Formats: sequence, C-alpha cells, structure tokens
Amino acid sequence: MVNLSVKIKDLALKNPVMTASGCSGFGEELADFYDVSQLGAILLKGITPRNRDGNLYPRMAETASGMLNAVGLQNKGVDYFISEIYPRIKNYDTNLIVNVNGSTVEEYIEVTEKINELDRVTAMELNISCPNVKEGGMAFGVSCPSAEYVTREIRKVYDKTLIVKLSPNVTDVTEIAKAVEAQGADSVSLVNTFLGMAIDSETRKPLLSTITGGLSGPAIKPIALRMVWQVSNAVKIPVIGLGGIMNAADAIEFLLAGASAVQVGTAIFKDPRIPLQIIDGIENYLQRHHFNDISQLIGGLQV
Amino acid sequence: MRKIVENFTVISNEACNLTNFHITLQSDHPLAEVFPGQFTNIEIPDNKDVFLRRPFSIFEVNNENRTISVLVKVLGRGSLTLSEVRTGSRLSLIYPLGKGFTLPAPDERILAVGGGSGVAPVLHLVRYAEANPGSADVILGAKSETEHLNAIDSYGKYAGLHYTTDDGTMGVKGLVTDHPLFGDLARYDRIYACGPLPMMKAVAREAFRAGVSCEVSLENLMACGFGVCLCCIEPTVKGNLCVCTEGPVFNINDLKW
Ligand SMILES: Cc1cc2nc3c(=O)[nH]c(=O)nc-3n(C[C@H](O)[C@H](O)[C@H](O)COP(=O)(O)OP(=O)(O)OC[C@H]3O[C@@H](n4cnc5c(N)ncnc54)[C@H](O)[C@@H]3O)c2cc1C
Ligand SMILES: Cc1cc2nc3c(=O)[nH]c(=O)nc-3n(C[C@H](O)[C@H](O)[C@H](O)COP(=O)(O)O)c2cc1C
Ligand code: FES
Repeated sequence: MVNLSVKIKDLALKNPVMTASGCSGFGEELADFYDVSQLGAILLKGITPRNRDGNLYPRMAETASGMLNAVGLQNKGVDYFISEIYPRIKNYDTNLIVNVNGSTVEEYIEVTEKINELDRVTAMELNISCPNVKEGGMAFGVSCPSAEYVTREIRKVYDKTLIVKLSPNVTDVTEIAKAVEAQGADSVSLVNTFLGMAIDSETRKPLLSTITGGLSGPAIKPIALRMVWQVSNAVKIPVIGLGGIMNAADAIEFLLAGASAVQVGTAIFKDPRIPLQIIDGIENYLQRHHFNDISQLIGGLQV
Repeated sequence: MRKIVENFTVISNEACNLTNFHITLQSDHPLAEVFPGQFTNIEIPDNKDVFLRRPFSIFEVNNENRTISVLVKVLGRGSLTLSEVRTGSRLSLIYPLGKGFTLPAPDERILAVGGGSGVAPVLHLVRYAEANPGSADVILGAKSETEHLNAIDSYGKYAGLHYTTDDGTMGVKGLVTDHPLFGDLARYDRIYACGPLPMMKAVAREAFRAGVSCEVSLENLMACGFGVCLCCIEPTVKGNLCVCTEGPVFNINDLKW
C-alpha cells in the first residue's frame, strides 16, 4: 500500500488530484459519471456576490492542443449557491472548495464571509486571475500591491485554508506568489488561463464574443510547469499545480516540479474520468518506483 | 441521469451522398436508454488538429443489436476525419446527452421539419413515437437532390415524407416553409424542427403565428457536452441556459428569437 494523502495547511486530501474550477461544475455533473468521493477535492465553479450572466456567445474556440474560453464567471450568486446548490452537494465525501470572485475587495469579502459559514466547504480558492471579466478578476492578480491587498483583507475574515489562484499573465509570477504568501495565504494554485485570441480568417472576425479569452489545455503545459517549478522554489507554502494536465505522467511532472497537489481542468471536457485515471496512474507509478508515500515525489526533480 | 463514456465499434460507415455519412456504432454492453433529440459527444480519432470531441444527434437506436447511429455532415476537420472511419475501428462516445423532444401524446398530430444534419433527430422522433403517416408529417429540406439522404424511405411507415430543395430538383422548390403543408399549420398539435439556424427560425416564426407548440434543437458550439464548461449557453427568457444539459431542445417560447 502506498500513501497518496497530502495536507495543505488544514486541508486534508485523500489524494493529490482535484478538479479545476470552471471545469467541473458543482461536482454534480461529474457525479452523473462516477462516485466523486474518489477525488481529492472538487474546485467548484467560480462564485460572485450576485448573479452574473457571463459573456455573450460564442464563448469558446478550439486551438492547437487546447482551447480558448470566455465564459466570464457565469453563476447565480453566492446566496443561490448556499440555498440551492450546497444542500445537494454537501454530502459528497470529498473536499468542496469554493472559487471566490469579485470585482471589488468588498465583493470578495462578501462571498468569503458567507462561505466561511459552510461546514463542508473545507477551503477557498481566491481567484485573482480570471482574464474574462472587465472589472476585478485578473486585475488583482497582475500587480503585487493589489494581490497583497486583497489577500490581506480576505485573510482577516477567513479562518480555513486559503488558496490564492495566480495568473500567468505577469512578468514574474514568483513576485506575486511571495507577496500573497507574506499576507497569509496558506497555498497558491497556478496557473489560471493565458490571455489569447483567435480569428476566423474567412470572415475576418474574432471567434470569441469578447475578442480575447483564456487559453487552457496541453498547449499551456510547459509554461505552467515552468511557473510551478519557479514558484515552488520561491515560497515555503504548498503549491498546487495545474495547466494542461491530461494524464498521470503530466501530473507527476507537476509533483516533481514541486507541486503538493494538482488540478485537472480542460482534460475533463475530453473525458470526465481522467482525474480518476490520474489517481490510479500516480499510485501505479509510486509502486513501480518503490516509493511508499507521495511526499517522496513532491519536489523530487533530479537535476 | 446516468451518463456513460464508452468505446464503441464502428460496424458500418456509409456515404449517403457527397457530404453526409451514416455511421453505425456497436456497444459491448446493453445500451443506455436514448430519447429522440439526445446526442452523443464523439472523440475524433487520429487527428492531432482536433482537440475536443464533436457532438452529433443520435439517429437510429437498436437495443437488440446494441447499436446507435449518427448522420455526419462534413463541415470541417473533425467531421471530415469522422467521415473516414473504417469498419472495426473503435470510437469513444459520451452518451446519452441533453434533454430530448417532448414526446407527442398518441392522439396528437405532429409536423417534424429537418434540414441538413437536423434530419437525424426528427426521424428518430417519429420512429420512437411510433407515429404513422396519418398522424405525422416530416418535411426534409436540402439545397439540391444530391444533398438529400437516400435510404430513408423506410420512415414512410412512421410519417408522410415530404421534400423541398432550393433548386427544385426534388420535391417542392424552395425552403421548407414554402411547402404547402405550412399553409395550414393549425391542424398540427406540435411542430418540431432541427437544422440550420435560419431554417429553425423560419419554422418557429410560422409556428408562433399559427399558435402551435414548437420545439427546436440547437447546435451551439460545445466544449464538454455535459454541463461543466458553460460554453454552450443560449440566452432565454429564463436567463442563459446550458444547451448541452437544459437543451439542446427548447420550446420556442423560451428563446429570445
Ligand atoms: C447537440 C448537437 C447535435 C448535433 N447533431 C449533428 C448531427 O446529427 N449531424 C451533424 O452532421 N452535425 C451535428 N451537429 C453539428 C456538429 O457538431 C458540427 O458540425 C461539428 O462539430 C463540426 O466539427 P468540425 O470539426 O467538422 O468543424 P470545425 O472545423 O470545428 O468547424 C468548421 C466550420 O463549422 C462551424 N461549426 C462547427 N461546429 C458547429 C456547430 N456546432 N454548429 C454550427 N456550426 C458549426 C464552424 O464555425 C466552422 O465554420 C450537432 C451539434 C450539436 C451541438
Ligand atoms: C471553460 C473554463 C472555465 C473556467 N472557469 C474558471 C473559474 O470560474 N475560476 C477559475 O479560477 N478558473 C477557471 N478556469 C481556469 C481553470 O480552472 C484552469 O486554471 C485553466 O483552465 C488551466 O488548467 P487546464 O489546462 O487543466 O484547464 C476555467 C477554465 C475553463 C477552460
Ligand atoms: S458544452 Fe460544456 S456546458 Fe455545455
């Protein structure tokens, strides 16, 4: 038997594989396929204080080895989440982590205070890296002062494990990571999507209603991996790695680069079972390499 | 509802005409129940340029043989690769997806209109509903005779089959809404449409004018097909709805057309 469990501050994961926010709904859509209690955690769809319709259609475009999205945080607001969705999902025997969004610091605080009350929400992911909203979102995640400010204010009102989700659309991601660590973040997750765009050469029009959108999938993996490696070397808090993970080998690369856990996003669109296959694959890898604990893998890059 | 990801075996791939292919797929297991209007999201094999799956309406279902089929119209790289699959190869399907059409009551008269690849769900509907030519009419529209599907005569036992072509080479010349049956829509209890957007909008306009309940099946771009990405939304009177889980079939009264 090998030990797959990891701890990120007070967040105890039975295995290091989580589903990424915006790619796994509220877990219910995955439960149509399998028992979601096998997952380390489910990162719920990004939530804002009030209803958001999101951006206009079309919201996605396929690209080489990936896709662009411009969903724009469509959700029915935190109160709807608490009254309608949370009761349906709270008995899933896995960690439920809310991805918190806002266009002002006050809005971030409003959502945080409300979800702080939910017993079964064991951690929050502060999203300061959404590229698809006009106000807030990524604007907070691309400069040290604003990232520090929002993290500090949220730390004051949140007692459980606070993960800050970082944007890759910056010159030096380690600076932002160090800044949020200094303000009390318990962990950082990276990366969110890369800002990109696509044009239909025939119609000479953009393929997304918002012109630009967020790039995800295997296309971004090498850059995401490099950033995770850099950040792991720069901070002491645990790092959660994501970006283009499609299989167990990809996930293991992120663990070796220093991530304590990983998230699987776009891969779910290809096959919702991929997160489970990754858990099996990691276990198999540990046995094959005669490790008995996942911790032996984390940061185990041989240079 | 249970959804499944499963490898099916291609047991036939027949060209219906220049751009449409009828692909029949067999499961190793008993089939999940499939309702007319539901779809499957198919992984495109051996094409590095195609990253996401492609959605296709489920056409014929044969529980005894454990087969389902799809009608694939070649539009771009994914459908082109799919149209070239060989008998015996394996395809990964996610199914059954979406909500299907509201089934007609046994005594209701229906008109089902299909254009292009939208033929698949409307034919599935009349067959599943065990309709008959006395109670159901189907109008199939295409640009020209060469784009009409052959081998669907067998559906004559479920519905009166009517054709329109833009160039008049088969059936009535003009659009589906130019067919004489559109002259007296009030005799139908329900109208269904699936096909290109302008066609569905034209049918919806006529149905609305005649006061007959009408459902259309949308083909919005999809990334996942099972409700997690929120890429496929359609603005409706109930807000932005997810076409892959809350559709693809919508009552026209809910749409902002
Ligand atoms: C619920 C649903 C059911 C469908 N049922 C069928 C069916 O039974 N038979 C069938 O042939 N097709 C069906 N489609 C459409 C089919 O999914 C697309 O034609 C296919 O995805 C195109 O892929 P491609 O790689 O060939 O085209 P791409 O190379 O991706 O695109 C080629 C061109 O087609 C356009 N296009 C791509 N996808 C769509 C789409 N979904 N709607 C309209 N235009 C599109 C693109 O904008 C582009 O201009 C259905 C779609 C949905 C959402
Ligand atoms: C359709 C879509 C919606 C997303 N929505 C969110 C979101 O609400 N909040 C968030 O923090 N990240 C969101 N993301 C970003 C992903 O969680 C993830 O950071 C990114 O896609 C990179 O990982 P991947 O390549 O494994 O998908 C979304 C991504 C996609 C593709
Ligand atoms: S296609 Fe992903 S939610 Fe509909």
